[in-house]
This record gives sequence, C-alpha cells and structure tokens, in this order.
Amino acid sequence: MPTVSMTVNGKQVSGEVEGRTLLSDFLRENLNLTGTHIGCDTSQCGACVVHVNGDSIKSCTLLALQAEGAEVLTIEGLANGTNLHPMQQAFKEHHGLQCGFCTPGMVMSAIDLLKHNPDPSEDEIRDWLQGNMCRCTGYHNIVKAIQAAAQDMRS
Amino acid sequence: MPDTGIGASTRRKEDQRFLTGKGRYTDDLNRPGQTYAVFVRSPHAHAGLKNVDTSAAESAEGVVAVFTGKDMEDDGVGSLPCGWTVVDKEGNPHKGPPHFPLARYKVRYVGDHVAVVIAETLEQARDAAELVEVDYDEQPANVEPAKAMDAPQLHDDAPNNLCYDWELGDGGAVDEAISKAHHVAKLDLVNNRLIPNAIEPRAAIGEYDEGTDSYTIYSTSQNPHLLRLILCAFVLNLPEHKVRVIAPDVGGGFGSKIYAYAEETVCTWASKRINRPVKWTAERAESFLADAHGRDHVTHVELAMDEDGNFTALKVQTTANMGAYLSNFATCIPTYLYATLLAGQYKTPVIYANVKAVFTNTAPVDAYRGAGRPEATFLLERVVEVAAREMDMDPAELRRRNFIPPDAFPYDTPVALTYDTGNYEAALDEALKMIDYQNFSERKAESEKRGKLRGIGFSAYIEACGIAPSAVVGALGAGVGLWESAQVRFNATGSVSVFTGSHSHGQGHETTFAQLVSETLGVPYESINIVHGDTGSIPMGMGTYGSRSLAVGGSAIQKACDKVIDKGKKIAAHMLEASVDDIEFDKGAFRVAGTDKEKSIAEVAFAAYVPHDYPEGVEPGLDETAFYDPANFTYPAGVHICEVEIDPDTGEVEIADWVAVDDFGRVINPMIVEGQVHGGIAQGVGQALLEHGIYDPESGQLITGSYMDYTMPRADDLPSFKVGMTETLCTHNPLGVKGCGEAGAIAAPPAVINAITDALGVMHMDMPATREKIWRAAQQNRQPQAAE
Repeated sequence: MPTVSMTVNGKQVSGEVEGRTLLSDFLRENLNLTGTHIGCDTSQCGACVVHVNGDSIKSCTLLALQAEGAEVLTIEGLANGTNLHPMQQAFKEHHGLQCGFCTPGMVMSAIDLLKHNPDPSEDEIRDWLQGNMCRCTGYHNIVKAIQAAAQDMRS
Repeated sequence: MPDTGIGASTRRKEDQRFLTGKGRYTDDLNRPGQTYAVFVRSPHAHAGLKNVDTSAAESAEGVVAVFTGKDMEDDGVGSLPCGWTVVDKEGNPHKGPPHFPLARYKVRYVGDHVAVVIAETLEQARDAAELVEVDYDEQPANVEPAKAMDAPQLHDDAPNNLCYDWELGDGGAVDEAISKAHHVAKLDLVNNRLIPNAIEPRAAIGEYDEGTDSYTIYSTSQNPHLLRLILCAFVLNLPEHKVRVIAPDVGGGFGSKIYAYAEETVCTWASKRINRPVKWTAERAESFLADAHGRDHVTHVELAMDEDGNFTALKVQTTANMGAYLSNFATCIPTYLYATLLAGQYKTPVIYANVKAVFTNTAPVDAYRGAGRPEATFLLERVVEVAAREMDMDPAELRRRNFIPPDAFPYDTPVALTYDTGNYEAALDEALKMIDYQNFSERKAESEKRGKLRGIGFSAYIEACGIAPSAVVGALGAGVGLWESAQVRFNATGSVSVFTGSHSHGQGHETTFAQLVSETLGVPYESINIVHGDTGSIPMGMGTYGSRSLAVGGSAIQKACDKVIDKGKKIAAHMLEASVDDIEFDKGAFRVAGTDKEKSIAEVAFAAYVPHDYPEGVEPGLDETAFYDPANFTYPAGVHICEVEIDPDTGEVEIADWVAVDDFGRVINPMIVEGQVHGGIAQGVGQALLEHGIYDPESGQLITGSYMDYTMPRADDLPSFKVGMTETLCTHNPLGVKGCGEAGAIAAPPAVINAITDALGVMHMDMPATREKIWRAAQQNRQPQAAE
C-alpha cells in the first residue's frame, strides 16, 4: 500500500493507505482524529469539513493520497489548550449545537466563511451553510453563533 | 437568580467535548480484535429467497464469516418483537408476523437483510458482500397504504395485509351529530412518509467475552436498557445480567434510535459465533433504506359544526402504513398516540376515529419526532382552517370560540385523555400580538404590490407526552412500564454523581439535570456529573422518547434528591444535637429551625461516609435511588403562526415570519428549551415543504434514497423563529414540567400549509408543498384572469 504524508494540526504524520482511502477515513482510522464525522455517503452533509491548505473542504471528497504534503487542520487542532477558538466559544454561548455530530464541520466551515466575508449578513450565512446539514437546531442558533463570532473576531 | 439554577439559560456542560472533537460516538470506538460487518440487502421489494450462495464471499480475502437467516434460524434466534398489542374492533389482537433479523425464505422491502459478511477490514467486507449470490423469486409488490388491502399478501398470517382495524370513540353519536350539523367541513389528506435522518448514522459493536460468558454492545440507542431487554428476552435469548449495553454520545435520534434493529442484533449474535468484536456503521444509503420511517397516513376527516361555528363532532378515517414488518412500537403510534389527540385544544363533544393499519413493501414505520401527534394535529388544524374558510370566519376566532376554557380543567376528552391544565387563549393572544395579526392585511397588500402572494397560517396544537403512566399504557396493550429511574450519589468529598435512565442525544441532559440537582441540593453546578447511557452503571431505565426525560426522568431525580435530603436531616440532627423534626434544609444547608446552627450538605455527606459519630439505626452512605411512574401524560400546548410570501412566477415560498408560543409548564433552561422548539419547527417545516420518502409504485424502489434525492431542510430553507412562552404548571409531577422536544414538529406542518393555501386561495395542498405544486396552483388561479 502507498504511504501518504501530510501535516495535521501542526504535526507531521504519515500512514499507509489504499488508493481508495478518503481523507476523512485517514483522519479517523489512521490518526484517530474522530472529531471529523461522517454523516453521509454523497458529500452532502458536511460533518467532515476540515481545512486543507487553509480552505474548508469536505474531507470525504478528497482521497488521502491527494492530500500528500498538505497542511490539514481539523476540529481537534482549533482550540489553544482549553481556550476555545472564538467560533467554538460562540457556538457554546449561543447554543449552536445540540447532539454535536454536525458541529465540527459547522465550526470549520463557519471559520472559512469569516475568512472570506468577515461581516456576513444572515442571508449570506444561511447561503454559505447550504453544504452543512444540522437536524437538531433548525440552524437558528448556528446563525446567531456565527454572527456573534464575526463580531467578536472583527473587534 | 444564580446562572446555574432552575430558570437559568446555563451554557451546556457537554459542549466543551463536542466543540473540540472529543465527543465519543459509537463509530469513534474500536475494540481490540474488531471485525467489520457489511449487510447484503434485498434489491427487490418482494421476493422469495430461493438460494443464498455465500461460498465465493466466504473464500474472499479477509473474510471471517458469512451468515444468513438460515444460520440464525438453526441457532434458535427469534423475531424482533412488537412491544404493544393493539386490540382491533372485533376484540382480536393485531396481526404480528415474524420479523427476523436476517430474512428467512422471503424478503419484503428494498433493503431487507439477507446476509451479513464479516471481514478483517471494512473494505474487505464490502468487496466480499458483492460476491454473495442470491437467487430471488421476484413477486409483485405494493408500497401504497391505500392499495394495501387489495395488494399481493406479504405475510401468510395477515390476510388483506391488514394488521388491525381499530376504532376509538362513539361512532353512532358522531354520525348523528354530523347528520344534524349546520355545516360539515371535509378533507382528504395524506400525511407524507418521512425518513428521520439523524446526522449520525446508526452503528453498533457487538463484543463477546468468553472468560465471563458475557456481552457488551455499543450502540446508537436512545434507550440502552430497552435494547438489552428486547435482545435478551425476545430475540437472542441471553441472560440480561450478562449483557451490558453502552449508548455513548449519540448524534440525534428523533425516534429512529429507539428500536432494536436487525444490525445490532446480528453483530451481537455473530460476536460469539466468531469470538471477536463485530462492528457495523450504517452508510447513509442504509439509513434511508432501513431506519424506521415516520408518518405515512391517508385520511378522510369530517368536522361538523353549528351555525355559530361551534364544533359538534369530528370523524376520522385513516389508513396507516406499517411497512413490511412491525417495528417495536409501530402499532401504538397511529392509535394511542394519534386518535387520542383528536380533541386537540377544542371542546368537540363527540369524536370517532377508525384506523386501518396495513403492511406494504416498504421500510417499517414507527415513531418519528411527534409520533402520531403530528398526524392528529395536521388533520385537525387543516380541517379547522377549511371550516373557517367555508364558514367565512376568522380562523383565529373560530379556534378561540372552540377552545377548552381555562376553568374546565381537568378536562376529559371524548377520546380517552384527561388534560390536567392549560390556557389556550393566553397562547393565542400572545401569538397574535407577536405576529401583529391586526396589520396582516396591510402586509398582504404590500406583498401584492410586489407581485407576491402573502398568507397566514395558524396551528393550535396539543400533545400528550411525558410518556407514560405504566398502568394506563399497560391497559392499552403496552408490553413495558414507562417509569424512569434515578440514582443520586453523594461522593465523600461533596461532589454528586447522578445516574439517570434517560438518555441524552442532543437534549442537553447533562446541563438541565445538573441545574435541577444544583437547585434542589444546593450543590455547585460544577460539582455535579450526570451519568447516562450505560446499563453497567445506571439503574434500569426506560430511556428517552416521547418528550419524557424531564417530566419523568427529571421527576425521578427530584424524588431521589428528596430522599437524600430526608436522610441528610437524620444525620444533621445527630451532628447538631437536635431533633430531626427541627431540621430544615435550604440552599445546601441543614439548619436547626430558628437558629444559626447548621451543617452544609457536604459536611453531612462526609459524615455519612466517615460515620465515626453517627446516629443509631441510620445506614452509612448518602446514595439514593428513586423510580418515578407518572400519574398522567403531560399536555404541552401552544399556538404557532406562520406567515409566507409566495412568488407565483417561480413557486418559491419564503417563510416571512414565524411565531411560536408554547406552554411547557416550568422551564428549567430556557435556552435549551428554545433550541428544542427551533429544531422541532425545522423538522415540521421540512415535512411541510421539502421532505417525502417516496417509493416507486411499480418497482418498490426507494426513490428518495440519498441526500441528493430526499430534501433535507438546509439553512437557507428556514427563517429565524420568534419563540414565546406561557406557563401553566403540570399538576401531577413534582416539577410542574411538561415536555418540549416534539412540540415544534407537531405544530409546524399545518401552520405552513394553512399559510400557503391561504396565500394561494386554495382549500388544500398535500405535503410536501413543493415549488412545483405551488407554482401549478398559482398558475391555475391566474388562468381566469388571463382569459378575461
């Protein structure tokens, strides 16, 4: 089996994978980074969103081998010790999560939104989140959390 | 108010782990020596199993074992049971054909389980599953409930595919009232099949330990003890004390994770056969095919009224789709959780319901968020709306006129329930104010100027939840008691561990229950840990569904806390050299009444575990268990109002405003309760506008079998919601609480459809009201104008 190497959450990692192994499976199975979740098999749900070279991407849409040499950031690499990232903090403060399963993908996706658009309107947030499904919150508090994080991160 | 007591929007304890990727869901767990299971599923809706050839799969690389229904039959494995016996009109029990974990002789829906392939890796199991050769004898199939009784028979012991023909209420009195009515509003409607779609797919690991001859099952379950009971007592014939079920973090359930399914049954059974752990995780396609679905009713309803619009009778005839087999609680959903709610918030004097439950070649149907109550609410609030339009009455005022008045409680409905308390007019008034009803016509005119159609829709719902008084449900056919348990254990150093039979899969129990215990015992919120989801550590519990966790599970916690305080008083009396009768407990301190002599509860707990100077006859330790069996259901109720704006050129519908005013009794954590309302509304809007589980009527294939085809509500399909509350306290549980988990999903669908039909000027539109349907209706309305 071929070997793949990349940087994940600041650490150099490598592992043997099959050609068909997805990045999401590599993170979960080889690296035991199980915060990246798998909620579907058609790249719709967004629970597996991570950052690859700074951009949010559904990690089930990438073969592990395609991430050779890449910088990958997962939900586990976001907080600084026990200090949550402002987006994580805003999700907690505004009850932007219930069962927690879609949450890692939501948070990673929302951070990328603010990178592109530091002051998004409610419509822009809802539009961006089309690729992330949540079955618990009705998105109401997710939108609120992202608005609050945007304000916090601008100030 | 402290920010962690009752009534505070305390931020959740569980969030830290979920936000940092440290949650532990079933698929995150791996066991030493683990193997992977992949199921071979039927591609046909209805077929005989002539031959299942596993030889090629067995010799494939990495394969450990392949099992079929025959292997389980030879091993004496039983049928997945239905736990609720419904007695039909003639006094006979429902038809309950066997439901084997792996099919024997016949498959009855696309996705039915034919064989399991177990291999060293998931990829090897997947590859080998394709090598299982099945010789099917294809038979004609039927997926439509309305045609089921004339369709090819699925089960030998269920003629006409009829599970039961059941009734409730006084049919004669209803027919007489209808014959004398000033007006009868009539409606034929479909309550569309839904697929629950918790974002975490189901998963299970079965593990057998030869040394202790015992099993551990890790499972995405809402009720680990119930799963254990079903597997042990009915299916696998295992000793209950040798089976431990762990439901760790679970990513949403909405009902679909109540049931004992084929997959965890097979993993558990196979783990002993191969003496290695067996893991299975559903792919989403499997979730669509084989999770229990919801709703799927076809109904005719008639509402009779006098000339003033007072309701005089309601008659309902429903055909309910059970799917191919009975899921664990399938039978009670379209009966005791449906027809019993047909009074709604109204004082309709006589009601009759007839329900025919039928088998079809589709996935089993069981409870999905609301379970029976959304179906009842939808037909009732739709026919009330039709009545208002036909009688040319204001829909809000027609409802108000028929509400059960606040002084009529406790109120016996004609369909077997006793509502303990409520104030429906208060919720309506608040909702009308919040949505600014009096200026609706101006908003409608403003929309018209922009070429848009605006409509407003009401839904005045009630639900029976906090499931349920054991004696009552037992008399109605339930095979289980529906109490809940709690154990409150003081640790010697003053912290508290609370063990609850309720299970949290998004509801935030670790926070709400800690707030309850903190307030009751006066212990810091941070010093309280809620333990749930592991039969190895919690007392026997019944789990979470039917909006029962706080009303039933929370009441059990309260009772256990009360026992702790009672015992603490005896210990404190000894420490303070006072009579027990003189000891008061308040805010974490035992005090001699009228003095400043006191001992903190932590000091008392320490004395209980280090009983060197201790009252005679009192046991050491401060660790109390309580079971709570509710005296009645709780009856949350409220009014939701939806305002929509439709673009007649595209059929696009925008939810312009949403107001929810709910009465949940006492609220422990408003932030969490509002979150439950938001999520419920989203699922209800999903049903009304987007979601529909569709099987092809010819082939029986599930057409909506992926997120590419089944339209889940996305962020841009929904608005922000305005949530208000009224409060009448539940009269029969110690907390005065009701239940909030299902309310939104129950209330929302008729509010949406009433608004859309109001905007379009049509009487009815079946769900989901897709853009196509709306566009067609809008075009039809236009045609007379075009001809002019």
